Amino acid sequence: MNYKMHILVCGGTGCRASSSKSIINRMEECLKERNLEDEVQVIATGCFGFCEKGPIVKIMPDNTFYVQVKPEDAEEIINEHIIKGRKVERLLYKDPEKKAAVSDSKHMGFYKKQLRIALRNCGFINPENIEEYIGRDGYAALAKCLSEMSPEEVIQEIKLSGLRGRGGGGFPTGLKWEFARKYQADQKYVVCNADEGDPGAFMDRSIMEGDPHSVIEAMAICGYSIGASKGLVYIRAEYPLAIERLRIAIRQAEEYGLLGENILNTGFNFTIEIRYGAGAFVCGEETALIHSMEGQRGEPTMKPPFPAESGYLHKPTNVNNVETLANVPVILTRGANWFNKIGTEKSKGTKVFALAGKINNVGLIEVPMGTTLREVIYEIGGGIKNEKKFKAVQTGGPSGGCLTEKHLDTPIDFDNLIAAGSMMGSGGMIVMDEDDCMVAVAKFYMEFIVEESCGKCSPCRIGNKRLLEILTRITEGKGTLEDLEMLRNLSKVIKDTALCGLGQTSPNPVLSTLENFYDEYVAHIQDHKCPAGRCKALLSFRIDPQLCVGCTLCSRNCPVDAIIGERKETHFIDSSKCIKCGTCMEKCKFKAISIV
Amino acid sequence: MSEIKLSENKVNELIKLCEAYGNQPGELINILHKAQDTFGYLPREVQEIIARQLGIPVSKVYGVVTFYSFFTMTPKGEHPISVCMGTACYVRGAEKVLDEFKRVLGINVGETTSDGKYSLSSLRCVGACGLAPVVLIGEKVYGRIVPGDVEKILKELD
Repeated sequence: MNYKMHILVCGGTGCRASSSKSIINRMEECLKERNLEDEVQVIATGCFGFCEKGPIVKIMPDNTFYVQVKPEDAEEIINEHIIKGRKVERLLYKDPEKKAAVSDSKHMGFYKKQLRIALRNCGFINPENIEEYIGRDGYAALAKCLSEMSPEEVIQEIKLSGLRGRGGGGFPTGLKWEFARKYQADQKYVVCNADEGDPGAFMDRSIMEGDPHSVIEAMAICGYSIGASKGLVYIRAEYPLAIERLRIAIRQAEEYGLLGENILNTGFNFTIEIRYGAGAFVCGEETALIHSMEGQRGEPTMKPPFPAESGYLHKPTNVNNVETLANVPVILTRGANWFNKIGTEKSKGTKVFALAGKINNVGLIEVPMGTTLREVIYEIGGGIKNEKKFKAVQTGGPSGGCLTEKHLDTPIDFDNLIAAGSMMGSGGMIVMDEDDCMVAVAKFYMEFIVEESCGKCSPCRIGNKRLLEILTRITEGKGTLEDLEMLRNLSKVIKDTALCGLGQTSPNPVLSTLENFYDEYVAHIQDHKCPAGRCKALLSFRIDPQLCVGCTLCSRNCPVDAIIGERKETHFIDSSKCIKCGTCMEKCKFKAISIV
Repeated sequence: MSEIKLSENKVNELIKLCEAYGNQPGELINILHKAQDTFGYLPREVQEIIARQLGIPVSKVYGVVTFYSFFTMTPKGEHPISVCMGTACYVRGAEKVLDEFKRVLGINVGETTSDGKYSLSSLRCVGACGLAPVVLIGEKVYGRIVPGDVEKILKELD
């Protein structure tokens, strides 16, 4: 079918949650009523990235970008834009500074500094149609490898590109493939780690939902390089949409002879199976992931032996993360020397981040390595929400750290982030403002670690539990200055002695907040105050008798009836009943209630 | 081994399920996923039957069930409520929302109300961080929730 226009509607998880599916249905109905269904095609794509303004609708070929579209807007878009050729002004993105409408995403602050390599097809193609992927040079890299390159040459090209693992560690991908190739065995395995466990990160999910074929193609290329004929995708069971799209993509690739026996008549065989994770952060560690795929508890084991020597079912296994794989096909079609010109000296290419928290433009972004945190937060992210003051940015998830104002001009790459006391991690980037308590944030991550520690080694199982107890004590105002010394020493011991990557990095949120926000810890301990007003045990609410007019709004909204007072008389808070939820303070129109 | 309380049909279904995976111990996690789909949760009897079929100790099955947060041994409520406690939701106030659900329903995380209507859990990142804080009830995603919305949402479900 030769369509004149295409309407691309974001079908990523975020936009789906705000009813993008109904938008598609409504549009298709409207087109049908007007006999335009053969002229205009509506496509559900992967994530556009600009989740803050979702659901996103893009009209092609004129590149008009509509934001926050509702199902009831569908008819107007069809009538005005598609039929009459007039843009629907009210649905265009408004530049927050110039207050002018912007219709082409290229001119939006959010997209200007981005460079999309791993996300190149997300938001452009229908992920459920292999022909659209092929139409954008899909499977050309696989064909090139199988027909023109030896496995060694492929590995050489990946090494030359400088690609490093995007799952967190940053290990050179080409080198990893070379190790796996070296070991001889009757069966080898290629594993794709799609068990994204970092809370607040959704990069891998968006790639699987928006461009599953890029991962499949890369796995086949990896299989050819290391001499493996079987691939396994280990994916979180909590990602139903990604699983469904991946299943469809595998089936289509098989139908097109791009997976299976004798691929493209070259004698190369490769199949892919899906394995489900069941919710365990530690399974991001490759030895733990392999045990989980074997049907066991996902506990890590000592390395060596590395998976390249003895992995899944004790066979040589190469494990790569989703985003790493998504880079592979384009490196091979455009060449290592194109890729290695992007980025910094030791970190080549781009990195995808899930930008979230107290920021104006929440979304999925991809920037060249070497972009500064300031550019990401202020230019792409559009600055801090509600004009609050920037306090910290957390990268690397539970294994990373909190960076501050002084780090804002640090170019982002693997090594710089480690030098600054954090790490790249898989790409979660959470921005915090003046209302966030850093001791509470450290405690939040430690709760996560304690819950997710597999319990195999004592530094992680027992040490982190002690860290959490000390942090809890401090947030309740019961800490001592000796506790801070204890936090530091214990953290160092855990880092040095834990068995796997989870344990070795688990104290990072504690250490980085101690380093950068020491005064905040001291305020909790010495003054029994939480400067950010987050730690409940240290808060008490008070009504100013001068400002209270006795309107009763606070007492009517108090969920536990802790506010006493007659109408038109000063009210009081009964501190024995107060649960410190802060509702009264939010409701008071006279600013009479404050934290003391 | 405790007495089997499941109906014969259910037992047979489970046995067939294990057979479909060749009674292979390596398929344990896949089998548990399917079993939880069928039964809604993984009670002791289900674990015992699976262990017997695969020829492995029940302790091993139990070890796997309790290791992974996706598997549960308590039945979920008619309306399973999950509050996202990913970092993005946390910094946008998810903890207060969770506290409000706990207060209104009178249950803790991991529990079900005595009438079987609601169960409460926390989860890590739905991937809809633009809508933070997010609450998932059944398949439906509720975005940008403040504690004041909680009673309203529960009323809607009634």
